[in-house]
Amino acid sequence: MMDEDRTDEAEGGSGIVKKFMYVNRKAPYGTVYALEVLEMVLISAAFDQDVHLVFTDDGVFELKKGMETAGIGMKNFSNTYRALEGYDIEKLYVDQESLDERGLAEADLIVPVTVLSRAEMAKLMGEMDVILSA
Amino acid sequence: MKFAILVNEGPFNHQASDSAYQFAKAALEAGHAIFRVFFYYDGVHNANMLAEPPTDDRNVVKNWSTLAEDHKVDLVVCVAAALRRGIKNDNLAPGFRISGLGQLIEAGIQADRLVTFGD
Repeated sequence: MMDEDRTDEAEGGSGIVKKFMYVNRKAPYGTVYALEVLEMVLISAAFDQDVHLVFTDDGVFELKKGMETAGIGMKNFSNTYRALEGYDIEKLYVDQESLDERGLAEADLIVPVTVLSRAEMAKLMGEMDVILSA
Repeated sequence: MKFAILVNEGPFNHQASDSAYQFAKAALEAGHAIFRVFFYYDGVHNANMLAEPPTDDRNVVKNWSTLAEDHKVDLVVCVAAALRRGIKNDNLAPGFRISGLGQLIEAGIQADRLVTFGD
């Protein structure tokens, strides 16, 4: 689906592997951020980087099961999160407090994740080379 | 230090573009290098040549073009985000080029620091 600009990928990396983290903080369909973060994530897979995805604040809704977007006329991209595994993107982290605040549990999510406390999340962020957030 | 800059907001409705521009200018004046400035999300509007702010205000688009001309800074607009928002080669301001998101990832790999401007 989101492969318009996958033409100039994979050059320029010159064998360097950095820890990239994408921090998702927004609900999926109210703004374009979740979709465009996903586009970044898919491109970075082509560069063989060490990719981490974080879902925090309203970003946890991006992984919620049962999204139906026909009523608001938006393209439903929720299934793309399931496809990440096929790109070897398997490091998905969700913030426990964000789930709790929204009445969600791990069982409500469409993909397997690692649930971390905010303190653990902060530590993980501290270990990254590049953090992209939206 | 070799910096890469990511601009995530449109000009004029958010300070992010101005701050990114001031940061780039200050970094260059202090002797640092700017590997690339990448424009994503509504940030692609920074490259709209048709923007015409009132003459008593700063012109964000022109500021970027001047920076590119004076310092050979690589200004790259994400093609997918740009096409969604009507930014094409037809209305691309001088000094900008349209390319893929791979250019952002490459900037993250090559630069010592990737600095993001936006919410």
